[in-house]
Amino acid sequence: MSTLFLASVGIEHFLTVGALLFCLGLMIALGKRNAIGVLMGVELMLNAVNLTLLTFSRFSESDRPIAGQTFVAFIITVAAAEAAVALALAMSVYRNRETVDVDQINLLKS
Amino acid sequence: MNGIDTVGPQLSVLGAAGLILVVDALMPQHRRMLPFIALFGLIVSALWTVSWVGRDFAPADITTFDGTFSLDQYSAFFYFVFVGITATVVLASIDWVNREGRGQGEYYALVMTVCSGLMFLSASRDLITIFLSLELSSIPQYILAGWGKDKRSSEAGIKYLLVGAVASSLLLYGMALLYGATGTTLLDGIGAYVASPEAEANRGLLVLAMVLLMAGFGFKMAVVPFQMWVPDVYQGAPTPVAAFLSVGSKGAAFAVVVRVFIVALGADLLSDDWSMIFAILAAVSMTLGNVMAVSQTDIKRMLGYSSIAQAGNFLIGLAAVSGGDERFTLGASGVLLFVAAYAFTNLGAFVAVIAISQRIGSDQIKDYAGMWRRSPVLALGLAFCLVSLTGIPPTVGFWAKLYIFNAGIRADLGWLVIIGVLNSVVSAYYYLGVARQLFTGGDESTERVPTSPSISLSLGAATLGVLVFSIIPMPLMSAARDAAEVLTK
Repeated sequence: MSTLFLASVGIEHFLTVGALLFCLGLMIALGKRNAIGVLMGVELMLNAVNLTLLTFSRFSESDRPIAGQTFVAFIITVAAAEAAVALALAMSVYRNRETVDVDQINLLKS
Repeated sequence: MNGIDTVGPQLSVLGAAGLILVVDALMPQHRRMLPFIALFGLIVSALWTVSWVGRDFAPADITTFDGTFSLDQYSAFFYFVFVGITATVVLASIDWVNREGRGQGEYYALVMTVCSGLMFLSASRDLITIFLSLELSSIPQYILAGWGKDKRSSEAGIKYLLVGAVASSLLLYGMALLYGATGTTLLDGIGAYVASPEAEANRGLLVLAMVLLMAGFGFKMAVVPFQMWVPDVYQGAPTPVAAFLSVGSKGAAFAVVVRVFIVALGADLLSDDWSMIFAILAAVSMTLGNVMAVSQTDIKRMLGYSSIAQAGNFLIGLAAVSGGDERFTLGASGVLLFVAAYAFTNLGAFVAVIAISQRIGSDQIKDYAGMWRRSPVLALGLAFCLVSLTGIPPTVGFWAKLYIFNAGIRADLGWLVIIGVLNSVVSAYYYLGVARQLFTGGDESTERVPTSPSISLSLGAATLGVLVFSIIPMPLMSAARDAAEVLTK
């Protein structure tokens, strides 16, 4: 039964999940008022990209299917670096303003 | 030619960054030397690039690291631009960094890291290396934007980071779809697939990927509708950093966009679509940027909005792809010429702003009144750069605009060129408005505004570049043309 189930899961299922995750992440990133919440949305988007890349790599017929997996390894690493800088900046904002609410971070305007 | 040699210019910049950190940590009594180590690294990098031009290499045939980086005149052109930008920024930062006191080594090391990222970006020929170079230049820029101790700077940093992170995600999803549609991450491979008949069946996926790439790069190019972070970040970030962002990040974004869209997506299947979208974005960016700039009272915000308008001018070159036999070349070389001209002009204006705001402690345009009497050199330098940004003959800004408008007309984009010319008139209002302020009014204060040697040198280098290429623009034009031909041959 399990083999039957696996056989019926194809590239389109993985891609659909990836697209849904990406849209969900984008909605969180654009809708959340907390800066940390926005970052969580971004992480979701990045993982949706990873899933999509791995799917394409797995189902690819190209002579270099490894490229997609290489890409994923780099994205994971860069995402960690970005998160480190993001949290440091969020700390710096919090120390200055006592808030990480993006609606209240509004000193800069014309 | 082996792999290390082809990325030598970047490695010497990165090596200088490492050396700066070591000297800063082990020999704190020699901290004054740090900017000079940075400048030394940049000079080595420039000489390394010159040494290629001397050797006879066949452009675009030399790729390295499995085809992911290239050694061609296109990347060499941008290496010179980025090294020049970074050297000017390092010189202009010395006073500010010394006064700030903390983290001197880290500041210069981050600036150098950004520079290497920009250089890698202009040489990348693969989606993975494009993404990595983009982040290598972006993440240090987020830190630099939040470098200041005040609230505004950390606000600018977090805003820049959040917007940039969302943009990177959009870009990555576009890259993932592009990889899925074509089965490769190499730009040449993608280009070959898009030009082949079987791409027809995947057109929907390719167009979606293309739009996502445009959105992701659009943030870095700072074009409408992805421009909202620009004025805030320019105003909040420390002024030397804002100067760096306004030319470095934008220049590299255009470098990579020109390469990606011409090499990978340049086939007829997609090129009409993207040239149309770029034309519309150009018109909207120019108009919105200029209209918003008119009402600004803070000079950094004004320069922020005007840089959005200038990005619209760059896009005219990208939109102008259907020029018959000279398909791509004229528009692409127009973008390159405009990037180089804009980089040094805008940088010159920013350096003058750095010098003035350090002394008078204000970024308000009204406080610039009568600057001519308080510091003739700064006032003249700033006024000259503003005139060139407006595009008044015979400045280099004028030649660049003429070239790119010509490309637009040759590509049957007359309507876009008319919008561009009208926008130049609008931009004259606020650019020359500031220039007029410098020479009139301000009777209340006659106190001199002294300049330090490093700022003078930096302003002198930028304005000298503008002046030389205003008088003899031909070498710059032919260099831009040679570089652009690499992509289209």
